[in-house]
Amino acid sequence: MDDHPCKHGDGCTCHSGVSRRGFLGSITTAAAGIAASGTLTAAPAPPPEKAQPDEPVKLQLSVNGRTHKVLVEPRWTLLYVLRDQLGLTGTKPGCERGECGACTVLIDGVARYSCLTLALEAKGKEVTTIEGLMKGEELGATQRAFVEEDGYQCGYCTPGQVMAAEGLLRVNPRPSMEEIRHGMSGNLCRCGAYVHIFKSVEKAAVLSASEKR
Amino acid sequence: MIGAPITRREGRAKLLGQPLYTDDKILPGEIRGVTVRTHIPRGILKGISFGEGIPWEEFTVVTAADIPGKNLVASIVHDQPFLVEIGGTISHPEQPVVLLAHPDRSLLEKARRAIRLDVEELPPVLDIESAIEKAQVIHGSNNILKEILIDKGDPGPVFCSAVKVVEGEYRTGAQEHAYIEPNGMLAEVGREGERLTVTVYGSLQCPYYVHEAVKQLFGLPGDQVRVVAMEMGGAFGGKEDYPSVNAGHAALLAWKSGKPVKLIYDREEDMAATTKRHPSRTRIKSAFDRDGLLLALDIDFVLDGGAFVTLSPVVLSRGALHAASVYKCPNVRIHARAVATNVPPHGAFRGFGAPQSLFAIERHMDVCARELGLTPLELRRRNFLAIGDRMSTGQVVKETVDLEAIVSRALSEIGYEEKRRSFDAHNSSQSPIKRGVGFSVFLHGCGFTGGGETYLASVAGVKGLPDGRVSVLAANTEMGQGKTTVFAQIVASALKLPVDMVDVWSADTAEVPNSGPTVASRSTMIVGKLIEDAAYGLKQSLIQQGLLEMTYTPEEFREAVKTAVARHGSLKCYSQYHKPPHIVWDDTTYKGDAYPTFSWACYAAGVSVDMVTYEVKVDDFVAVQEVGRVVNPMLATGQIEGGVAQGIGWGLWEEVQWKDGRMVNNQMTNYIIPTSVDLPRIRVAFLENPHPAGPGGAKGIGELPMDGPAPAVLNALAHALGPIRLDEIPMTPERILARLEEADRG
Repeated sequence: MDDHPCKHGDGCTCHSGVSRRGFLGSITTAAAGIAASGTLTAAPAPPPEKAQPDEPVKLQLSVNGRTHKVLVEPRWTLLYVLRDQLGLTGTKPGCERGECGACTVLIDGVARYSCLTLALEAKGKEVTTIEGLMKGEELGATQRAFVEEDGYQCGYCTPGQVMAAEGLLRVNPRPSMEEIRHGMSGNLCRCGAYVHIFKSVEKAAVLSASEKR
Repeated sequence: MIGAPITRREGRAKLLGQPLYTDDKILPGEIRGVTVRTHIPRGILKGISFGEGIPWEEFTVVTAADIPGKNLVASIVHDQPFLVEIGGTISHPEQPVVLLAHPDRSLLEKARRAIRLDVEELPPVLDIESAIEKAQVIHGSNNILKEILIDKGDPGPVFCSAVKVVEGEYRTGAQEHAYIEPNGMLAEVGREGERLTVTVYGSLQCPYYVHEAVKQLFGLPGDQVRVVAMEMGGAFGGKEDYPSVNAGHAALLAWKSGKPVKLIYDREEDMAATTKRHPSRTRIKSAFDRDGLLLALDIDFVLDGGAFVTLSPVVLSRGALHAASVYKCPNVRIHARAVATNVPPHGAFRGFGAPQSLFAIERHMDVCARELGLTPLELRRRNFLAIGDRMSTGQVVKETVDLEAIVSRALSEIGYEEKRRSFDAHNSSQSPIKRGVGFSVFLHGCGFTGGGETYLASVAGVKGLPDGRVSVLAANTEMGQGKTTVFAQIVASALKLPVDMVDVWSADTAEVPNSGPTVASRSTMIVGKLIEDAAYGLKQSLIQQGLLEMTYTPEEFREAVKTAVARHGSLKCYSQYHKPPHIVWDDTTYKGDAYPTFSWACYAAGVSVDMVTYEVKVDDFVAVQEVGRVVNPMLATGQIEGGVAQGIGWGLWEEVQWKDGRMVNNQMTNYIIPTSVDLPRIRVAFLENPHPAGPGGAKGIGELPMDGPAPAVLNALAHALGPIRLDEIPMTPERILARLEEADRG
């Protein structure tokens, strides 16, 4: 296993030297609500409000720059609310237990598994999904890079891959190949498009840089 | 257009999260379904009890007694019930018994757990050996689902007289498809008076398989059943035959409840209950002369088929037909059996039996080389098939096959000779890391086995659209392999049009003809040829109507189509598969042309083994293949890389753990598929050799890359670890340790 110390500080989505397996293996208490994409060093979730799991509570959820007022049961995951309550089906369920990464979204710019995040945890934060990356009518840089470099096959893990890439590039705009490989290791692709995914992330870094200029 | 590395048609939509996969589609008023399954491998179902504390009156409950038509899933043999009936036999531990539907998903789960099955247990058969030994008889008189014998020459006497006889036994484990989108179906039933219509939307590879299954389940004529393939999140064979089962289930719930019903499996249910790659055992006895020429092969190939026949006969057939691989041999006997066990039926998985038998022969050739004192390369090249040679079925190799060129390219690309030397030197040191390099040479038959294509007689077509563009009409589905893009390229190329003038209709049985299933590396070569022919037909028709000249611009073509569509209401041209006269196959004797043609390849791997943990790392991988003309190099490269990833996973990590016939590691945390950090750089190269049977010279490609990685990696491991028994995959660290200890004990 390569040793890969993270150099990017808090909030970095880079891998800090453990594989997905090693990482998941290290979580001995799979406490609900700890969302992680690869290794995340995000701040701990706020303490849960005192509520019955199936008693609806009001939530203002900010998704892709729009505020939604929704009634949610506290047990509902962010994934469920995005898809089934807001109709944002771009975010995909693959395992609903933090294994595959298909449901990755950004929460305050950090890539997280929405299946392991309660909707209530996103309160007061900005959620970004695959539907929120466009620049007007144009695809965002990361989306464009995935199209041009064929960074997908069936497309099902793709929204999660793109969000993981987006999260990686926001903290590390020019990642090395090793950093890309590790940064994307929380997202499974069974079509095995990894080589093309790496190229896509490399290209996304270049496209983003030129957009910012 | 053919040969152009254009990006996928669906790219923009997919990157926006727009395409609707089954779970994304919502029908008004839809409710959810779940499946209650058996939990014992074998027995008799005595009764079903519904526990207390559940408002059962709110639920739609379906049991076998409700089924309006036949309670048998349409397949090669109709032997698998949709639901076990009371008094019926339980044949595996994941067999569906009761279906439930309700709007509330959490209540549904409580209800599922509240159902108790009263069963009488019977002793099960759980592995190949017990099935062959008839420990219990669970199928027919001998537990054999299908048996095939391929005979060429007379191997028997050769083993007595040959200079060298080498024997070996090789095993491969089950493999879970682990597509990221689990199986899912959405069904609705319409009633107009007495007339019932059933519509199923789902994640499925073969719309017309599901169509047949639903027809039979309800006893309906074809025009009252519609099957629509939704966007598919990976399949790899895992959505070839199983969708006939869960589509039936969703349709039954929709029919009984009067509401649309969505039946989506969660990951654990999908991994445990649906099909996997057949586990295999291959015994090979081979005879050589003093020059290392192969004189005889006696291969005993056994697949664990699971509880029902399903696709095992054809998986077995492909496995048997690939068992002698790329080697010429005058005397061959291949005895192949698929046996019944009390585990969920094994099914189609990319490669379809061929990876199993090719693993055995390619591992065996390395073992033989060692025994004969030849290098793996030298032994193989002395026995390579060439044009004019006869394969095990007597099929004559009719096209140029340059295995030498393919192998040379792969080995020079990976630096084989250099690595061989430097790793030998390295391994003789005290390093805790051992290194090895190895390769495999193999072939993959394109299209259906034997008479399959003739039997199917597929139809595909091309249609003119009112705006002057054309659309492909075929039932083949997109699962990431790129058929949407490739079909558009084939038709654009045939009609000399820009590719954006060609649309590809989605696979909806109400709209497209039965062009056969999306399997067997057949879409590009077989269906692609049909749509190419149909496109020529369409053009011819426009010319004959006086709407088009022999040479034309895209704009003139567009105007001609517009006029024709306006004049006649529609403009369609179809083409049907007809067996070329030179292809002759006898299914009873297994003699003749098993496949219209083959793709050929050599894969090479470099590995390192940590001698403390026995963790294996694949450091380098080269995949060189000849697949005729490559229609889209970008997509083809991706498809090869993906197959290599699955093949390496199957060879090293992906182990299905069984307990009493159930998969117990049915999660992605303990069933290990490759991640982005587990794979090496994969270098892909194509040597082109256009083939007349395919559109623009293309052959099949999809399954090929699944065949070569496991034997290449294990042969590299053999180089790293020396002569220990590397005869089983996945070759996990635990197995390596066991084999090393066994070697130490002598």
